[in-house]
Amino acid sequence: MHERFYRSLYRIRRVEEEIARIYPTDKIKSPVHLSIGQEAIAVGVCEALGPTDVIFGTYRSHASYLAKGGNLKKMIAELYGKATGCTKGKGGSMHLIDVSAGIIGASAVVGTTIPQAVGYAYALKVQKKTSVVVNFFGDGACDEGVFQESLNFAALKKTPIIFICENNLYAIHSHQRDRHALPDICMRARSYGIPAECIESNNVLEIHDRVSSAVTKLRNNSPGPFFFECMTYRWMEHVGPNRDYSAGYRSEGEAQPWIDNDQVERLGSMLTPPTRQSIEREVETEIRQAFEFAESSPLPSKDELYTDMYEA
Amino acid sequence: MERVLTYAEAILEATEQEMTRDPSVIVVGIGVDDFKGTWGTTRDLHLKFGRERVFDTPLAEDGMTGVAIGAALAGMRPIHVHIRMDFLLLAMNQLINIAAKSRYMYGGQVSVPLVVRSVIGRSWGQGAQHSQGLHSFFTHVPGLKVFAPSTPYDAKGALLASIRENDPVVFVEHRLLHSQKGHVPQEPYTVPFGKARILSSGTDITLVGISYMAVECMRAQALLATIGISAEVIDPVSLSPLDMSTILSSVRKTRRLIVVDAAWTSCGMSAEIIARTAENLAELRGVRMQRIGNEPVTCPTTKNLEDLYYPNPEKVALAAFAMIHDGDSSWRPPQLSAPELAQFKGPF
Repeated sequence: MHERFYRSLYRIRRVEEEIARIYPTDKIKSPVHLSIGQEAIAVGVCEALGPTDVIFGTYRSHASYLAKGGNLKKMIAELYGKATGCTKGKGGSMHLIDVSAGIIGASAVVGTTIPQAVGYAYALKVQKKTSVVVNFFGDGACDEGVFQESLNFAALKKTPIIFICENNLYAIHSHQRDRHALPDICMRARSYGIPAECIESNNVLEIHDRVSSAVTKLRNNSPGPFFFECMTYRWMEHVGPNRDYSAGYRSEGEAQPWIDNDQVERLGSMLTPPTRQSIEREVETEIRQAFEFAESSPLPSKDELYTDMYEA
Repeated sequence: MERVLTYAEAILEATEQEMTRDPSVIVVGIGVDDFKGTWGTTRDLHLKFGRERVFDTPLAEDGMTGVAIGAALAGMRPIHVHIRMDFLLLAMNQLINIAAKSRYMYGGQVSVPLVVRSVIGRSWGQGAQHSQGLHSFFTHVPGLKVFAPSTPYDAKGALLASIRENDPVVFVEHRLLHSQKGHVPQEPYTVPFGKARILSSGTDITLVGISYMAVECMRAQALLATIGISAEVIDPVSLSPLDMSTILSSVRKTRRLIVVDAAWTSCGMSAEIIARTAENLAELRGVRMQRIGNEPVTCPTTKNLEDLYYPNPEKVALAAFAMIHDGDSSWRPPQLSAPELAQFKGPF
């Protein structure tokens, strides 16, 4: 299990480091919101899911896309705006999708996928399917009215959904304390009758354990939804390839405990050096191939501008 | 004998037939399963199809639109019912940012087969926030289709087409149309997107009436006929896509066009139709064109001001007369009474 987790964590970290490295060349001509530091949530949650389970994400979805099994080559090609990208260059980093892996499209407007995830879960229930839906969103999304509306409806209809609030403390540059009258997001979920737990540790194994238990309950026809607030920390700037501790809105001191608790390094240290090296070698090869694929892929043809607007 | 239904009955029949045919069709919205059943258009559907497929919603237009989109992404065909289009303003994020864009921004990987039914317009005293015809907001955005049928026949066929459509459709119903009667075949049928209907042929002037204004234009046509003016009346039926070729053919013949909308004129459907006509008939000299719509003010509730606010057959007929007679507006058309207005019973 640790090997799987390490492979997924290391892969996400290295993919994003490569994106950050390439970014100044302007080959990726659209915004990227990196998950570096937050990978443990995506990996802990998605390792608890099966192929037919479905996730809805946000514009910061590289991690959940990869953790759920989204196609890496198509993702990098998408960032490069190539015809071979997962949306043929029409969505970019903020709208990653891989339906075959159960990854329904991410949205660039904060909080907008929450009701869609609930509606999808409602449909699964009506269709008597055993799959579950996971919805990732941030603490900023909890500010939105649609968050409250969606939680209420999910609870009312007992939909098979797990809400994962990735609380990295910041909505762009605004700290949660400047946005929330009360800091307890779980309390809001509980007020709708939804069981809610806060996972403070950013520990991938703990996240996996606790989310797995909710998935098992849903599979055994326990009524949903479930809610987890996962505390975490974004190491990089809100959007872009750099660190921004010099900007003044947060300090390196605040980040340091999270960096010291890096889950990539922690899981790596649990493996024997040969196992770890072998995983890293394989992942590096895969990443190199993905970037080569993106580099060598063609741009979309001009007539692609007009396709996909309506059903052909 | 010809089978006659009201517009509201036609909506109900289309919904019921399609729910029977296709188990993925669901009906959601505030009050869809209550004793009034959205003015009869959803009455007792929950008894026939159960509350998993027909359910009342919390008062949460934004969230519930997202829920409907999510269900559509999972293979269902939701019909989301709003008793006022004004309430769609609470759902614009989901409609514009998600429903309209999903197919394109996800590279064709998903479909959003969603129908958003919404009621516009005058009944009586509905005032500022229960009357707005905001359909041009939706026709502005690629990715949405917009239907606004005016006859019971087209209401049934257009709703069936909308439910079977794999892209999101905004379905516009004027409140005063619900009581209109007309021939509606029993068996299911569809009417196509992007196909206008000529309600009455004529040679002197083209009147394009949107939604309920098609009914009012037919009355204007009758008024004009009394003084020997032959008006052609066109109902676009589908606002997006828009069938301009039918309108252009008519204007080529009449050289005169008045577009009457159940909405304001500024940046609206009437402006769009006039603009497209001007672009396409630039080679024709002397084509006269005019928009008529709600007065450019907030809708008042009191009857005497409300009567001034809305277009009516006399206003349309007089504008047509003046256009034909070089600005002469001395004619006084007889006053008509619209039975659906006279008979309308509030308060709902």
